[in-house]
Amino acid sequence: MANLKNVTKKTKAQAMGMHSEVLTGRTQQKFFNPDEAENFYYFGTYDVDFNKRTDLDVKNLTAAEANKELDNLMSQGYGTIVIKNPQGKHSLGVGILNKLNLIFEGSLGYFGMGSSDGPIVRINGRVGWSCAENLMAGKVVIEKNAGSCFGAAIRGGDLICKGSVGARTGIDMKGGTIIIGGDAGAFTGFMMQRGRIIILGDVGINLGDSMYDGTIFVGGEIGSYGSDAVDSELTQSDQDWLRRKLRVAEIGENFDVSKMKKIVAGKKLWNYDNLEPAEKKGAI
Amino acid sequence: MAKKKNKKKEASSQLGKKKETAREKMIGQSIGYRYDVNLLPDYKKITPFLKKYIEAMGWDDLNWLEDVHMGYEEGKPAVFCRNANGWVTIPKSIKLPNNQQDRDMIARELLVKFQMSPKHPLVDLKKAYLKF
Repeated sequence: MANLKNVTKKTKAQAMGMHSEVLTGRTQQKFFNPDEAENFYYFGTYDVDFNKRTDLDVKNLTAAEANKELDNLMSQGYGTIVIKNPQGKHSLGVGILNKLNLIFEGSLGYFGMGSSDGPIVRINGRVGWSCAENLMAGKVVIEKNAGSCFGAAIRGGDLICKGSVGARTGIDMKGGTIIIGGDAGAFTGFMMQRGRIIILGDVGINLGDSMYDGTIFVGGEIGSYGSDAVDSELTQSDQDWLRRKLRVAEIGENFDVSKMKKIVAGKKLWNYDNLEPAEKKGAI
Repeated sequence: MAKKKNKKKEASSQLGKKKETAREKMIGQSIGYRYDVNLLPDYKKITPFLKKYIEAMGWDDLNWLEDVHMGYEEGKPAVFCRNANGWVTIPKSIKLPNNQQDRDMIARELLVKFQMSPKHPLVDLKKAYLKF
């Protein structure tokens, strides 16, 4: 009761302590040591041998049980694992932070191979929504079609769909390469911040809507451009890289990359400097 | 002629550097990139170490390293380590070329060595917090 006067004087933001907020933090400072030895092993990962091969039938296992068994096989040094009867189960193969050669003989449900870092994966079927979401590194190849949000928020690695994909492919991606052999749906590259998308077929409406950065290459027709997505000149370096990448993706062997369209961000949405204080003021 | 040479030298030594804006000074963070994040790697410049790394991982190309570039932190050349969520500063003893493609390859090599080092900050974190 005694402090009531003081409390009512403060704005909501002040009461929350926001008025004393000091944004002075730099990222943590680390220095590279030039004497670091050559070492091809990440701490905490399993030392697997690509030539050591085994099968895993997941017909009667839940996704959690199947993923645990995968981890168990990697701990035994198996570097090539063939998953039989995935039967469209969701969340199979998520969180593999290891080098590994993984083959799925069938289709996956939602969120397959999410948050992986390093494995080479081949899926001999289709995949549901959000395949390889948050992929950090490695290569994921889908032989047939994929659902919406394909490669959502990926940070790195190569994600390849030899068929067609749904809407919002590469939404919010921050790195890596998505390669599509067929067509792509609406809002492809929505809010992408970095990385590259290659579409050999046609693409739907609002391509690259609100993209901040990154590059989209399209071989077919474009439904329409999204906000701040603009055409750019296809350079010789782009063409060389595209040919190389398509070889890696095992598609488009005879595709004429010189006729592809290159789409980049117009950077008109780069208003952080002016917008941020205004937004802050509005929130307070 | 000498003046021209000096100008050229000055420009190359400023590669990746830019004076902070008043706003950046205030918030203590950089706004926007100071290097071309869309620069595609020139595979002719790949180092022997990176070739060995690609082979060890079983990949066909640089994979996630295609997105790694030599940037800077506080005016010093540095590479961003996503695992440590921080910039790794390159010591002065390592001489860097002025060509961005060569600099990027060096950045990639140093980053991989840093991430695989037993002294990487993630090693201690994993030891302390790893659940399974």
